[in-house]
Amino acid sequence: MDKIPILRMGAFLLVTIQVDLYDRLALNLEADLVQMVNKTSAKGVLIDISAVSIVDSFMGRIIGNIASMSKILDAETVVVGMQPAVAITLIELGLPLKGVHTALDMEKGMNLLKSMIDETEEEADEDEMSDDLITE
Amino acid sequence: MSLKTHQLLKNKKKNILELWMKNQLADESLREDLISNDELRSQSEELITALVSNLSGENFTNLDSDEWSPVIEILGGIAITRARQGFSPRETGNFVFSLKEAILDVLQQEITSDPMTLFIESQKINRIMDNLSVVTFETFIKGREEVILRQTDEITEISTPVIRVWDGILALPIIGTLDSARTQIVMENLLQEIVETGSSIAILDISGVPAVDSLVAQHLIKTVSATRLMGAECIISGIRPEIAQTVVHLGIDLSNIITKATLASALAYSFKVMRLEVKKINTVSKF
Amino acid sequence: MTLSLSKDTIQVLKEQDVVFLKNRVKETAVKIKMGLVNQTRLLTAASELVRNMMRYADGGVCIIEVVSSGRVNGVRLTFSDRGPGIPDIDAAMRDGFSTGRSLGLGLPGTKRLVNEFDIKSKVGEGTVITILKWANG
Repeated sequence: MDKIPILRMGAFLLVTIQVDLYDRLALNLEADLVQMVNKTSAKGVLIDISAVSIVDSFMGRIIGNIASMSKILDAETVVVGMQPAVAITLIELGLPLKGVHTALDMEKGMNLLKSMIDETEEEADEDEMSDDLITE
Repeated sequence: MSLKTHQLLKNKKKNILELWMKNQLADESLREDLISNDELRSQSEELITALVSNLSGENFTNLDSDEWSPVIEILGGIAITRARQGFSPRETGNFVFSLKEAILDVLQQEITSDPMTLFIESQKINRIMDNLSVVTFETFIKGREEVILRQTDEITEISTPVIRVWDGILALPIIGTLDSARTQIVMENLLQEIVETGSSIAILDISGVPAVDSLVAQHLIKTVSATRLMGAECIISGIRPEIAQTVVHLGIDLSNIITKATLASALAYSFKVMRLEVKKINTVSKF
Repeated sequence: MTLSLSKDTIQVLKEQDVVFLKNRVKETAVKIKMGLVNQTRLLTAASELVRNMMRYADGGVCIIEVVSSGRVNGVRLTFSDRGPGIPDIDAAMRDGFSTGRSLGLGLPGTKRLVNEFDIKSKVGEGTVITILKWANG
């Protein structure tokens, strides 16, 4: 019961938070997500928080943690659908969620993830090419 | 107040009213433009009737007692209306003071034989009328404050329009000083509109903001950060050269914010980000 | 001058109590027609304080009050616990301070979200924190 479902869609993981998270649920989500990123070698994580009405410093920290942990596992995190009141409150609280990408809705978040992955792949291609040049 | 004096004032009510009206009408500052003589008379009569019928009570010098509430209510009503109609404090004050004069004059005319009684009764009238003036002033000021507060609300309401300049681009021109209350409303309106229209770029134009100090800059930074948290980008445009100077002199760091000199260049930037192009069409003449 | 219009005392000892408390605070805020953004600020502030209370003092008591200044109404929350107390309040009110394993934004961040913030603490006896949010402030 105490779990938030994580859906897999291609190279991405989708999480929709429909309830106000209490601490244990948030900690479970953090652990589950990192496990899933590792298991599926996902390239991106989308977290939809459009139904969340309160994000306090603890929740903010969990979101930040998920982003940093996924980053280490080579996946980008995009938080989508933050309510205006939540955004204002987070800024006033002093939590700008540095290192977390944001988008207005799922579709825009998905596009953002795709463009980020394309860029990194291009970079990787360039790296390979330059490697080739050196070896030759 | 002695029964005799009370009876006397009750009988002489008409005289007092006439005398009071005479005093009021003789006053050069009488605002005939704001209140008609008939209206003034009916106001005055209502107040005198309530006042005179109250002079006999035990609690006559105690304004907090229930007996006084009708008088205070009438007086309060008059003071609030006058505040809204734009009477000056002096004009409102004179309304009560001239009544005091009228009552004292009548007492003087009637009690000729007994200076001691006249003195004592005049003292009482003085005290009660002074208290009533204080009440009048308090209510008058409260009325004025309400007017000011209502206007403040109206100004903040109308001064923050969010404009859809393009599909996906919002603009919000800010005119006037940006204080923290204003920032709240600007920020809330902007963020709400971003959600409703799904716009990914918002332009905050500050050409109409007279000065930017560190507090205003903080408000701007706050708005930009909140917009970013929602997943949209916020551009600040309309930065005049003198504002750029003060910002740098004050040591405010705006390097994390996209700033443009004009709304036009902000719009051009937005087009570029959204991969849109505005072109001049070559109209080829058919002839 | 503020006048207390209603008072509600809630014991907070378990995690369910926290959920119950948040719901009551929200109900109270809605009752006095507090705007959505202010509701969110108040609830977030309450969430920070109740978490501190659970973490450092194993729970405590929260009093929810509706107060009036004549022109506007507001919600006042008083969190009192019998925990270890805060030795250096000035330090605790600075951004970036924490003894626990958190970001250390709890108190100063909470203060920024509300209109009035008052903290009293005695080492070994407990801490009382009072916050007030006006409906339109």
